[in-house]
Amino acid sequence: MIFGFPLLSVAIWLPIIFGLLVLATGNDRNAPLARVIALVGSILGFLVTIPLYVDFDKMTSAMQFVELRDWVTHFNIHYHLGVDGISVLFVLLNSFFTPLVVIAGWKVIEKRVAQYLAAFLIMSGLVNGVFVSLDAVLFYVFWEAMLIPMFIIIGVWGGTNRVYAAVKFFLYTFFGSVLMLIALLYLYIHSGGSFAILDYHQMAIPMTAQILVFIAFFMAFSVKVPMFPVHTWLPDAHVEAPTGGSVVLAAILLKVGAYGFIRFSMPIVPDASHHLAGVMIALSLIAVVYIGLVALVQTDMKKLVAYSSISHMGFVTLGFFIFNAYGMEGALLQMISHGFISGALFLCIGVLYDRMHTRNIADYGGVANKMPVFAAFFILFAMANVGLPGTSGFVGEFMVIMGTVKVNFWYAFTAATILVFGAAYTLWMVKRVIFGAVANQHVAQLTDITLREKLMFVILALTVLGMGLYPLPFTEIMHASVNDLLVHIARSKL
Amino acid sequence: MSYLSTLSSAYAEIFLLVMASSILIVDLFITDPNKTLTYILVQLTLLSCALITVTTHEPGVVHLFNNMFVDDLMSDVLKLLSYLAVSMVLVYSRSYLILRGLFTGEFMVLTLFALLGMMVMISATHFITLYIGLELLSLSLYAMVALQRDSATATEAAMKYFILGALASGLLLYGMSMLYGATGTLAVAAVSDAITHGVENKALLVFGLVFMVAGLAFKLGAVPFHMWVPDVYHGAPTAVTMLIGSAPKLAVFAFVMRILVDGLQPLVMHWSGMLAILAVLSMAIGNITAIAQTNLKRMLAYSTIAHMGFLLLGVLSGGIDGYSSAMFYVVIYVLMSLGGFGMIMLLSREGFEADMLNDFKGLNQRSPWLAFMMLILMFSMAGVPPTAGFYAKLSVLQAVVGAGHIPLAVMAVLFSLIGAFYYLRIVKLMYFDSPETHVKISIQPDNGLLISINGLAILALGIMPSTLITVCAIAVQKSLMLH
Repeated sequence: MIFGFPLLSVAIWLPIIFGLLVLATGNDRNAPLARVIALVGSILGFLVTIPLYVDFDKMTSAMQFVELRDWVTHFNIHYHLGVDGISVLFVLLNSFFTPLVVIAGWKVIEKRVAQYLAAFLIMSGLVNGVFVSLDAVLFYVFWEAMLIPMFIIIGVWGGTNRVYAAVKFFLYTFFGSVLMLIALLYLYIHSGGSFAILDYHQMAIPMTAQILVFIAFFMAFSVKVPMFPVHTWLPDAHVEAPTGGSVVLAAILLKVGAYGFIRFSMPIVPDASHHLAGVMIALSLIAVVYIGLVALVQTDMKKLVAYSSISHMGFVTLGFFIFNAYGMEGALLQMISHGFISGALFLCIGVLYDRMHTRNIADYGGVANKMPVFAAFFILFAMANVGLPGTSGFVGEFMVIMGTVKVNFWYAFTAATILVFGAAYTLWMVKRVIFGAVANQHVAQLTDITLREKLMFVILALTVLGMGLYPLPFTEIMHASVNDLLVHIARSKL
Repeated sequence: MSYLSTLSSAYAEIFLLVMASSILIVDLFITDPNKTLTYILVQLTLLSCALITVTTHEPGVVHLFNNMFVDDLMSDVLKLLSYLAVSMVLVYSRSYLILRGLFTGEFMVLTLFALLGMMVMISATHFITLYIGLELLSLSLYAMVALQRDSATATEAAMKYFILGALASGLLLYGMSMLYGATGTLAVAAVSDAITHGVENKALLVFGLVFMVAGLAFKLGAVPFHMWVPDVYHGAPTAVTMLIGSAPKLAVFAFVMRILVDGLQPLVMHWSGMLAILAVLSMAIGNITAIAQTNLKRMLAYSTIAHMGFLLLGVLSGGIDGYSSAMFYVVIYVLMSLGGFGMIMLLSREGFEADMLNDFKGLNQRSPWLAFMMLILMFSMAGVPPTAGFYAKLSVLQAVVGAGHIPLAVMAVLFSLIGAFYYLRIVKLMYFDSPETHVKISIQPDNGLLISINGLAILALGIMPSTLITVCAIAVQKSLMLH
């Protein structure tokens, strides 16, 4: 906290308050005003999180910028916020994406603009809340509350099959969450009446209970990541969501699940985590290989990127459950980098969709002839998705593979197939969409990206390249926390 | 000290009885078809009752009328909430009933008598007073369901309600007589003492208990004694459904507390098992059947059944945590139920009942604010934070897990997952679909204000639940004879 200024609270509540302001502008007659307020709110929301990085003490693994207040005294629930080297990155990632989403929907969304923008701003605040909560109930409140705006976003502004996708999204994730609630209540009773997550980290738990708690957490987090075999909601949700929704889903919401593993599962029940690591690794590898193959046969661009996301998130969970520093840091970098890349790819698809109103790969061909600038960006992000050295995609994947080799060569070998499959499905899509002769009348009428779209892509391209060439700012901030976490997980809590 | 001043703890009941009888007479001379004066008098009566309850509150537990009546913190809190709920029912239903020609003096007086019945139930500590309170409430409600004489469904609902309600009362009475046979007393505390000191005829006692639990389950609407709930909720005029679905739940909660916790606590190992079966069945049948409904009133009826199952979970967990969580749950439930039925009445207009699910299609386009309020209500019923419904579920689950019934807790959350589906469907209809009609929604300002307060209160209680949870905990702690 600088000068007693509650930065984390501001990071949560500022976007929410702006969201309510946007909502108050009412119907679509005031849409321009709503857009301006939303943009100002989202940019302010990002600016207030910058001090979190600048003033962050990289030497310690302790929680920083801590805020602690009583909330529900009868159950000993506190309004307890704080960030360590891991969560601070996700707060920044989330706040960074909100302005981009607002810009992405600037011209495209025309019905119920205020509600659309408000939903994103409110969700942005709630997601920040998830990352900075140090109280289990507070975490759960944010965790569940963010479902509501996402449900509305998919259902109102989505594609043709949006209702099915929205309900499936909600019920899948709600199912996982309620079991986590039981686990949290068990921990509450077991700890003698505390909801503080950091207390749980120090608490001894018998093995059977650890396994059950691990399974309950697994239900909640694996659905969000999503891991095989509970991934089936993601392609539906992605395909039907509007562009902004897909971006936030891929860039932010998937990270929430993975974050849960390192904040809850692994430190609270380390013995069960070790015990079940084999299963987790197996599921991760299935995601990498099998989902990679599934991505290969997709005919819909959004579905392809959605499957690619699942495959890449398999890498993240693999990195966690091999329990070494390379794997863990690689996985975290992969999460950040995947946020940028998948967000960028969905924005690219959104740009095409806004012009052609189709996501079918077969409807495109030779886009580069008509949209050269766009094509350049698209290829850059596609290359990053493949994991080309020099882009952010490379760093994380490389580190995870290095970490995995230390544990088991065949794990690493299997995981490395992502480089092959990833290249195959991504580049094949690029070939069919971007290159070749102009495929049809509609493509021939395409116009290149506007200044607004260029702005989004330039920002993202710089980040992707910057992170690929110089990842130190990202690794050094998480270093102390990751090491501490690994030491902690290595200790038995039986 | 004069005799009258010793009755101060029952002043609210006495005042209400006097006022209800007077209003019945005064109303005869009011020619205004809208009964504005009667309405104002009734609201003033409710306000005065609240003032009397607050001013006559005494710390500790006061027994009256040879231990037949008690005044403690729990009863005061529940009574205040009942006044509030009844007052809200009247505000919500006024214009709805005026349009249907049902806003008569009888309606209001019956409401007051029903309230009096609730108050007696809340404060009773003797099987006879408990029974009198229950019958006063029930008889008033039977008459109110039948108020719309020319409606076949309403008459049918009233008939069903009356017959099944009479059966339930019979069961209760039969159970009471067995307990009397076993223990030789009808006073709740004395029954508890007698059982603790050992009863010769254990079988009679347990049989009595079974009948009592069955009777209570009838009144709560727990499965398998739930058959009347959907028909009555559906058939009665919405204003009456709202009354049945709100304040009486507070009274029935107190009823369960007095009988099972104060009176039959020594038999807890017997009744907690019965309640567990009732609770699981209620949550299962309630939630699953609600999915198949196309009528919102029926859907809310099944949802009530499921909520009562959840409430029973809190009761069977026992201890201050369990009972206070059940109390918190019932308070939040009443608030949500008022909002839900209130919304149906707000969207109704002359000759049109907005009680089908399809009537909510595209509400977001017709009135974004009402849609938002309904969204809060639905997510609260589903138990999604940051609404009050989440804390209600959390506190009950906390008690259940604390009592070591983890499988019950898991079942409860899985059934609420099923429940989430049909609440979501309403949100889906309001936000994702296009409206079937573009008739302008005209709401009276008082109704609009009330639904806003109602919805926002649920949101506010979800963000700041601390005070209400503490009040419930203290009320339970100070009032029940926990061993």
